[in-house]
Amino acid sequence: MHLRKIFFIAAVFSILQYSALAQDTTDIMKMLESDIEETTDYATATFKTTRLVNGHTVENVGKGVMDVKISHRFGKVNGGGYELFGLDNATMRMGFDYGITNYLMVGIGRSTYQKTYDAFFKVKLLRQSKGKRNMPLTLSYVPTIALKTLKFEDPARKNYFTSRLVFTHQLLIGRKFSEQTSLQLMPTYTHRNLVQLAAEPNDLIAIGIGGRQKLSKRISLNFEYYYQLPDYKLLNTTNSLSVGFDIETGGHVFQLHFTNSQGMSERTFITETVGDWGKGDVYFGFNISRVFTIGKNH
Amino acid sequence: MKRSFFIVAVILLSVTAANAQKLYTKNGLIGFFSSTKMEDIKADNNQVLCVLNTQTGELQFSLHNKGFHFAKALMEEHFNENYIESTKFPKSTFKGTVADISKIDLSKDGTYPVKVTGDLTMHGVTKSVAAAGNITVKGGKATASSKFMVKLADYNIAIPGAVKNNIAESIEINVNCTLDQKM
Repeated sequence: MHLRKIFFIAAVFSILQYSALAQDTTDIMKMLESDIEETTDYATATFKTTRLVNGHTVENVGKGVMDVKISHRFGKVNGGGYELFGLDNATMRMGFDYGITNYLMVGIGRSTYQKTYDAFFKVKLLRQSKGKRNMPLTLSYVPTIALKTLKFEDPARKNYFTSRLVFTHQLLIGRKFSEQTSLQLMPTYTHRNLVQLAAEPNDLIAIGIGGRQKLSKRISLNFEYYYQLPDYKLLNTTNSLSVGFDIETGGHVFQLHFTNSQGMSERTFITETVGDWGKGDVYFGFNISRVFTIGKNH
Repeated sequence: MKRSFFIVAVILLSVTAANAQKLYTKNGLIGFFSSTKMEDIKADNNQVLCVLNTQTGELQFSLHNKGFHFAKALMEEHFNENYIESTKFPKSTFKGTVADISKIDLSKDGTYPVKVTGDLTMHGVTKSVAAAGNITVKGGKATASSKFMVKLADYNIAIPGAVKNNIAESIEINVNCTLDQKM
């Protein structure tokens, strides 16, 4: 009897031991998981592509990736049925962007509007992240140079090549608030070597604001507005306001939008917009973006 | 009295002596591969946590979905944003058991074919999985390896019509984890 009691205690004890062993594996996994938990989680895909509507977003193309961009802006919608609501007219920009590293990209393009060539680089200075490293914003810097190659209006005058150039410097400050919502601010400084009238400033300042709201996994609604400071803008220009959709499929992003800006280079849409939404000076347009991986990613 | 004490001591000691080895690693490798006529998609995750209990046969894996790296940056972005939705479902895990674990002798080098059954949790869905694999013992270290197929639809991972020909309905998962640590 004495022995039976002892065996019973031993049996219970070994059963308890065994179930403790069974707990161990999950406990070890939990321990390992908490060990590696302190990593930095960087925000990715703040926007679906490197352009919002007309202007840049904080997104870069990846290293070794080339992004081919074809953009169209049609004529004014208030042209009426005769002009097929603007579809009879179109200006086009084709551009090639390339990622040198994951933080530095370059691009060139040419627009039919005013026969403008443009070139830029974009460098990501800060990345939004949480976890071990906390950074609430993504910050990028984009300088653009635009060259208007239309023949000079008055060939008899002394015309300078440098008169064709406009330089734009942008800081892009963006934040991904959630999977669906991202916003960015775009303070912009533009320097025009040549202006039309003496009264106009050569140094122009604008503040852009834009954002996107995802409507589904692959479709988002975008808006973009560039407000020009009253003393630092060209006369008789309006502020660029654009609204559109991004549709993403496999390797393409299609952007369809309405904008009051006819041009697609920074100098034209930020500082030379003359369209008035109230009057229906609205251009329907689209951007198509196609990425090709041509370099090595890692 | 003395004899019964002795018996109890032996029983208790034999139970504690059987305290098993738990083998683990923080850098296991799990990759997946999808092959279609249009395109091959391949990604690897080198930061897989794996634990094997050599007494009970319990085998567990845990990984961060963001740890899967692709050759194409855009593919990686789409995988995280649209397919695995790694912000909603940051981890994928497996909790299962190796059948007949006692047949594996860690002191003897060799390749032991094994059958593993358990629950795979991915994209918020848990499904029972059975797979064949190998546990290879070399120099006291065990490597768990296996190749098995997984149907994306089973885990609510939708393939949009536009890329139906680029992504296979069933993809191959390959596991290769060397359990070089023990406790």
